[in-house]
Amino acid sequence: MDRGNLRLFVIGGLIVALGLAFFVSPLASSSPDGLERVAIDQGFAETATDHALAEGPLADYAVKGVEDERISTGLSGAIGVVVTFGVGMVLFGALRAARRRRTRAPTA
Amino acid sequence: MHIPDGFINAGTSIAAGVVSAGGIGAALRRAAREMEDRQAPLAGLVAAFVFAAQMLNFPIAAGTSGHLLGGVLAAVLVGPWAGAICVALVLLVQAIFFADGGLSALGLNVLNMAILGALGGYVVFRVLRDVLPKRRPMVVVAAALAAWASVVLASLAFFAEYAVGGVGGVPLGAVFTAMVGIHALIGVGEAVITALTVSAVMAVRPDLVFGARDLAPGPGAAGPRVALEA
Repeated sequence: MDRGNLRLFVIGGLIVALGLAFFVSPLASSSPDGLERVAIDQGFAETATDHALAEGPLADYAVKGVEDERISTGLSGAIGVVVTFGVGMVLFGALRAARRRRTRAPTA
Repeated sequence: MHIPDGFINAGTSIAAGVVSAGGIGAALRRAAREMEDRQAPLAGLVAAFVFAAQMLNFPIAAGTSGHLLGGVLAAVLVGPWAGAICVALVLLVQAIFFADGGLSALGLNVLNMAILGALGGYVVFRVLRDVLPKRRPMVVVAAALAAWASVVLASLAFFAEYAVGGVGGVPLGAVFTAMVGIHALIGVGEAVITALTVSAVMAVRPDLVFGARDLAPGPGAAGPRVALEA
């Protein structure tokens, strides 16, 4: 297996994800999504309660303290991509290590 | 599709949390047995990509938008178990860091989008793969149709949860019609994004697409079948 090639693929994919999060997400529709629309139309939207972490530094996809709305949204998205990737690599790396221990496969 | 706190009562939310914890626990155990060397970084990438794509709300009707859920996309790329973990991870990051999706509703959201979305969606994908001709373009077709079905499935799941534990007490028939109707439309967007992404990966690295392994020459041909057996 060509590991260098896989690394290139993952890096390329990450760049695409970061690009979507930083450049495209600020252009996304800000209309209510399907569930929010149903909740508004059917009259149960007001039962929603405040999120316990609504004051967090990235809450509602905005970076606290960044005034420009587009940059704030884009930056929060890019941070989210990095955090998700980082946690994912640790988690899936641990699962891979678990399989290696279990199978005792000879390392290639 | 992210349920906030307050829509569904505590008992129903806790029950969904127990089911979700069991489902993700099973997925973690399966992944710990099967996670291949090259799948680990790919799964991390898929989670990051689903996070980014979920931010891209597209307009579907007057004053309404939809976004990718990503369960079928993740499952087709990295397998149903790792795929479910990917979506659950995205939902966890969103709930904790972005205040998107209620903390008390995390179990509901994981059930609807990760368990039903990735695992349920993958079952639909496998059935379609079995019915459709054994050719590469059919992987994309099956992924697109399963992606649409997974969004409708998630909307049905929300309706069931609302019927059991909805707080607002509004007429259920109207909720059902509105919920499934809107998500049948949003599902078209899910199908398009899933098809575009799967075909892009198929074009560059078809060997990395879990749901197309039976078509790839060489070892690993048994992949998808084996993976869904209990």
